[in-house]
Amino acid sequence: MNPAQTQKLPGIQMGLIGGVCLVILALIGIVEAFNERHIVAEVISMGHTLLLLTAAFVAYLTAARSRHLGFGRALGHVLLAGLIMSAMLALLVLVGQAVNLRQVFINASPGLYQILIFHQESLAAGIALLLVAGLLTGFLAWLLHLAPQRLRRVLITALLSIVVVGLLQDLLQPILGVWAPLATMSGWLFEVSGLSLPGAIGLAVLVAAVTALWSRQSTAVRARIQSLAPERQRNLKWAAILIGLAVLLVLPSVLGIFLSEVLTIIGLYVLLGLGLNIVVGFAGLLDLGYVAFFAIGSYTVAILTSPEIGAYQLNFWQALPVAVVLGTLAGALLGIPVLKMRGDYLAITTLGFGEIIRILVLSDVLRPWLGGAQGIARIPKASILGFEFSGPQEIYYLLIAGCFLVGFVSWRLRDSRLGRAWMAMREDEDVAQAMGINLVSTKLLAFATGAGFSALSGAIFATKLGSVYPHSFNVMISINILCLIIVGGMGSMPGVIVGAVALVGLPELLREFAEYRLLVYGAALVAMMLLRPEGLWPEAMRKRELHDNDIGAGEPDAPRG
Amino acid sequence: MLQRIRERLSPTDIIMWMIGGALLAMIVWGSAATLVKGVYSVNHWLDFIVFGLAQGSIYALIAMGYTMVYGVLRMINFAHSEVFMSGPYTAYYFAAYLYRSGLLETHPVFSLIVVFLVSMATSTLIAFLLERIAYRPLRTAPRLVPLITAIGASFFLQYMFRGFFGSGFQAYPVIKALEGQWMVGPLRVLKFQAMVIVAAALLMVALYQFVQRTRIGKALRSVSEDKDASALMGIDVDKMISVTFIIGGAAAGAAGVLYAIMFKQVHFFMGFIPGIKAFTAAVLGGIGNIPGAMLGGVFLGLVESVGPSLFLDGLGIVAPYQLKDAIAFTMLVLVLIFRPTGILGERLAVKKA
Repeated sequence: MNPAQTQKLPGIQMGLIGGVCLVILALIGIVEAFNERHIVAEVISMGHTLLLLTAAFVAYLTAARSRHLGFGRALGHVLLAGLIMSAMLALLVLVGQAVNLRQVFINASPGLYQILIFHQESLAAGIALLLVAGLLTGFLAWLLHLAPQRLRRVLITALLSIVVVGLLQDLLQPILGVWAPLATMSGWLFEVSGLSLPGAIGLAVLVAAVTALWSRQSTAVRARIQSLAPERQRNLKWAAILIGLAVLLVLPSVLGIFLSEVLTIIGLYVLLGLGLNIVVGFAGLLDLGYVAFFAIGSYTVAILTSPEIGAYQLNFWQALPVAVVLGTLAGALLGIPVLKMRGDYLAITTLGFGEIIRILVLSDVLRPWLGGAQGIARIPKASILGFEFSGPQEIYYLLIAGCFLVGFVSWRLRDSRLGRAWMAMREDEDVAQAMGINLVSTKLLAFATGAGFSALSGAIFATKLGSVYPHSFNVMISINILCLIIVGGMGSMPGVIVGAVALVGLPELLREFAEYRLLVYGAALVAMMLLRPEGLWPEAMRKRELHDNDIGAGEPDAPRG
Repeated sequence: MLQRIRERLSPTDIIMWMIGGALLAMIVWGSAATLVKGVYSVNHWLDFIVFGLAQGSIYALIAMGYTMVYGVLRMINFAHSEVFMSGPYTAYYFAAYLYRSGLLETHPVFSLIVVFLVSMATSTLIAFLLERIAYRPLRTAPRLVPLITAIGASFFLQYMFRGFFGSGFQAYPVIKALEGQWMVGPLRVLKFQAMVIVAAALLMVALYQFVQRTRIGKALRSVSEDKDASALMGIDVDKMISVTFIIGGAAAGAAGVLYAIMFKQVHFFMGFIPGIKAFTAAVLGGIGNIPGAMLGGVFLGLVESVGPSLFLDGLGIVAPYQLKDAIAFTMLVLVLIFRPTGILGERLAVKKA
């Protein structure tokens, strides 16, 4: 079954696959785009890091797959894989020098070739260097594979920490600059662009030490917390929660306007994600038209408040409940036709709904009411007791409040009778119905609750932007939200936050990354489903379910809880 | 009697029938009003119909891929729209080269064959790899998992091609031999429309014969009937699933070139809308059913081309053509609600959706 065992020549096969991946990475322009950012100043750029990490990953897989061949031959295979990968990049450079690839592949620029041959003057030297780098990568990956598990984990964490800190330098530098002792550390750690060499080494050593210590001590620490009196444990938990809250509240003033803007975008997606999490994660209904309710919320607020339409001119707080109620109703209404559908049919029907709503809004028919392609502008800001939610630093609080509300509601719903009915339905509709669950009302409630939350975030989105356009509500939004739920872990609420930070926050911070955002989303969805279908922060039950087969396979009669 | 009807109808059913009835009334009323007003002459309608046939035959070709994959794997291959896009987008560079070198004008048939072959080869390769990498490892996973993978693969492919070839529209070269029109009685047929219809019809007949007459076709049908039994009969199920994707990919690649000839441009996002519409066509005809997909495609093309003017003009809606996509999606939703088995019905009576 497993293709790993049937591969006769893992070195050649994996080398070719890895080589194709590297060439694709180079040709789609991601390497060149990333080259501006240095991870370690003057030593390695983000573009090189990306290639290196990919090659190292493939080489590591080769090492794992050729282990059964024995020590020496495994090394041979890994080296071969490394060599093939770098040779394919070299081939790309050579072909690119001879033929102008740029007529077809717009990113096959001389700059790219320069990056690939490490900016060497002579082509021959550059290609030799490239081949050596491939061999070296293979060798290091092989060593890493040989290392004992604990050491391997420490090494990988340390290396990745350099990459992560290097990536987030623009974020970390201003934060560290707030406090003088930290600022001197930041000055030592970073150069103008990228980490300084001693800083990188110091960071790696520090992280390695901490990971090593933690991997030895974590069980002991956990046991000590467990052994505390329940009273003390609860106090500890509350203290942690309070500290977390305090940090959340001061964040925007510490971070400044740009990062607060990023935070509000993350917050918006967390809000949307929590809503879709109810529909997809709890109830297992794959809804791809979720953006429709977001649009309904936004447009309701826009119509009711903007002087451009001028019919109502309510303020935000009066329009908000209307938006949420309308969104909820729309959710229930659109839920009725799809009651009997499951899985794929449901997905494509809801996708159709989302598109119908977008096309209707965009068309000239409804222009007098919805503004057509120009949308509706001049939506007033919300204000409460004279405090106006004008900039990102203020809107942030609105979003935090929304997230807490929605998070609290879905947390309470999850373990309620309704929540358990949703999960039963997710597992098996027929069985759930046989157990006396009313599928109609349960499904409609899931759609309606999710839609209500979506309309709420739509309302906040409208006042945040001050204007709404039909183009803000395309199917990509639905896909983005679906992605972040799945990457975070379906049905898991912390997972939504993790997913939003990873998939929405990171691309906002790494501007050059933004263009490749959907590419990475797509790859992340596929990779996630192949490698870790339960997500980054899985819900306990889901994790058990997906790995049920691994455990239960050997003992088919084992009782299942 | 009334009692029994009342017992069998749930409130949700009633609401749905009311929605359906309202839409039907709207269609009838709109059509009547349009016809009475007489904005369009008979020639207009005939033009619409020919255009609809051409567009519909493209949908039908794409729908083959959806329907065949659904037949064997019981999953919607969301990324099929990208299989469709990849072919003509890659072939564009060959077409442009042929155009620059003048071959397209002097040897139009040869050039077109080259463009078709390149497009079909690319789409086939993408479809084959897609199945190997993204779907095969997940064949036993819960239903939602391969669906999500398919969505992911779809976006990955779109943006990979965008990275390769750029995000702009590329204008497909005009083929001189296909300019102009023929008059068939009162019917005015643009040459390229005729070519699209004929080529699509030929391909579909060939495909249908392949599935019905050859050994491989027989094995394919057997796998879509029952995988386990086929395996026991000595059919290599994995290979047959690959073949399904290959055939679907080739059909999509050919459809892609026809689409590019008709609309004269390619773009990395061009697959999305035709993809959903072809899926609608597959569902219309009864998913899993190959002649159904053909019929559904042509039907959808006709409705989409005639519909906006016929149904909506009479209702006094401005610029009804903007709503043609909405008509297709509404049809999809209506079919899924009222007759999920499609026009010709699913081959298997088991409830799967």
